[in-house]
Amino acid sequence: MTSIPRGTRILMRGNEAVAQAAIDAGCRAFFGYPITPQNQVPDYFARHMPEVGGVFLQAESEVAAINMVYGAAAAGTRVMTASSSPGISLKQEGISYLAQSELPCVVLNIMRGGSGLGNIAPAQADYFQSVKGGGHGDYRTLVLAPWSVQELYNLTREAFDIADRYRNPVLILGDALLGQMMEPITIPEEVVDPARLPRKTWATDGAKDRPRNIINSLYIEEPQLEKVNLRIDARYEEAARKEVRVAEEHLEGARLAVVAYGTAARVAVTAIEEARSGGMRVGLLRPIALYPFPSDEIASLADRVDAILVAELSLGQLVEDVRLVVAGRCPVHLLGRSGGVVITPADMVEALRGLAGEDRG
Amino acid sequence: MAVQKRESAIFDRPQALEPVRMHYCPGCTHGIVHRLVAEVMDELGLTERAVGIAPVGCAVFAYNYFTCDMIEAAHGRAPAVATGVKRVRPDLFTFTYQGDGDLASIGIAETIHAAARAENISIVFINNAVYGMTGGQMAPTTLPGMVTSTTPFGRDAKVAGNPIRVCELLAALDGPAYLARVAVTSPSRVREAKQAIQKAFQAQLEELGFSLVEVLSTCPTRWGMRPQDALDWLEENMVPYYPLREFVVPEGLRVGR
Ligand SMILES: Cc1ncc(C[n+]2csc(CCOP(=O)(O)OP(=O)(O)O)c2C)c(N)n1
Ligand code: SF4
Repeated sequence: MTSIPRGTRILMRGNEAVAQAAIDAGCRAFFGYPITPQNQVPDYFARHMPEVGGVFLQAESEVAAINMVYGAAAAGTRVMTASSSPGISLKQEGISYLAQSELPCVVLNIMRGGSGLGNIAPAQADYFQSVKGGGHGDYRTLVLAPWSVQELYNLTREAFDIADRYRNPVLILGDALLGQMMEPITIPEEVVDPARLPRKTWATDGAKDRPRNIINSLYIEEPQLEKVNLRIDARYEEAARKEVRVAEEHLEGARLAVVAYGTAARVAVTAIEEARSGGMRVGLLRPIALYPFPSDEIASLADRVDAILVAELSLGQLVEDVRLVVAGRCPVHLLGRSGGVVITPADMVEALRGLAGEDRG
Repeated sequence: MAVQKRESAIFDRPQALEPVRMHYCPGCTHGIVHRLVAEVMDELGLTERAVGIAPVGCAVFAYNYFTCDMIEAAHGRAPAVATGVKRVRPDLFTFTYQGDGDLASIGIAETIHAAARAENISIVFINNAVYGMTGGQMAPTTLPGMVTSTTPFGRDAKVAGNPIRVCELLAALDGPAYLARVAVTSPSRVREAKQAIQKAFQAQLEELGFSLVEVLSTCPTRWGMRPQDALDWLEENMVPYYPLREFVVPEGLRVGR
């Protein structure tokens, strides 16, 4: 067990909470390459993995790191990598191989401003890449989007169980603000002992007393590949039934709803409080899982409110999925900032006032 | 088709090879090298704790041929995948089997860094001076003047660059424990090649670090030659450019039967 105080409130940085959560979830290998604003993640693993006999390795690139993850996952170990937007782009080939080879792992993306080299400020512009697959092929990653340091810890811990359950990469989607900020959190007493996790009978860990195992994504016969793809797709369907997560605030009797996740949702809470104190009936729907997408929840919300405002740190990605499920039931507006510029509560209150006015007129 | 073991058998299929038909072209030396790897695995008793990593290239189906656990890697990433396996399970024996496009072009970074880290893995590297699988394009090891589908007038170093001598490149690093270049053009060369693979695997078992055996190999199909002509061409053209020798040998390596 690592030397961190447990069962009491401590101040922790988001990036470090992720790393601690991974160790507590029984993750015993981390492979990564430095990139701001996630550098505290590898730093933390480098310092604390030795305490639990785990592996930390700084890889030569994000490409190498994700392929080391592929090897460690194939050998049956709970493993993760972390990066930020440009590095996650480089990992996409490996993530596609992991998904198609039905290997569990956890990937953290502490998003920064893009495209290209962009900057190191908070952004949510990797939404499409995260929820639509990201690399080549028909796969998806399961995507969790925490909004606080405590939630970064909790969801990272759960992510390892979800990855094992669905034999698929799970993506934790944070941003520069969540990764860098410090908040009080409570780290639970109980941790996962990796030796007591169920054995992965499919792992390539030495064909002793069993037939050999093969980890592979090549199926040269078309019907065979389609069969594998359908098997994987069935897991996504199961996830769609079981893994949708949303949080709601003030939606009871609301006329307007904000849909936002992560940092944008935190801004929304402040804006909504202010708007409500001015008499506006507005609430928040916060997707915690971005894939599977809370389609039913948002569709039924659209039946109840006059309009939806999607707030995101991008020029319009989440809003496309919201519009798809709302399907014209109510107007869906976008409040988006880009390039690392964070929406202010004042921006949002103004946008909400505009919508409320429109509604009356 | 089960292979029957008879008392009198002097030549048999190695246990580490699946009794299946390989997909390699007639006269391709990939098959010989597979056999050598399997023989060494048998002799060192490695199959039950071996994890092999197949490349992208003509050897992509290697996972169907060895009886140990196998992983199919993305193009060029086998050394990183092997690193992942070996770091979390140092008790396993981990080898990769890679072509020259895979190892020396798209995967050169993974190769150099695994070597520099003295990663305790073994690499069997097939240098056939061409991209076999994709149709005979130029490889990083294509000889100057050599005709391939993407150097139709012969490789011109001024346009297409110079070949890479992988063993010499890696020998400049401190990480490698064993580096050798061999060929499989004649029975005596095959014996030497097997010895090199033995030493490479032994180096890993003794936890000495990174080991790599470069095998000069023929691709009769993409070279457009008969198998015997390809062997002769290799001896005449590749061996002078890629000298056969051991580049790094660890002190006190326990080899032999
Ligand atoms: C990322 C990626 N790029 C390109 C390819 C296409 N491709 C398949 S095999 C190969 C070259 C293999 O050549 P080599 O490693 O020399 O092996 P050989 O076929 O000669 O044994 C290439 C470029 C691929 N599969 N993946
Ligand atoms: S194309 Fe060349 S390397 Fe590939 S199997 Fe045929 S002869 Fe061997």
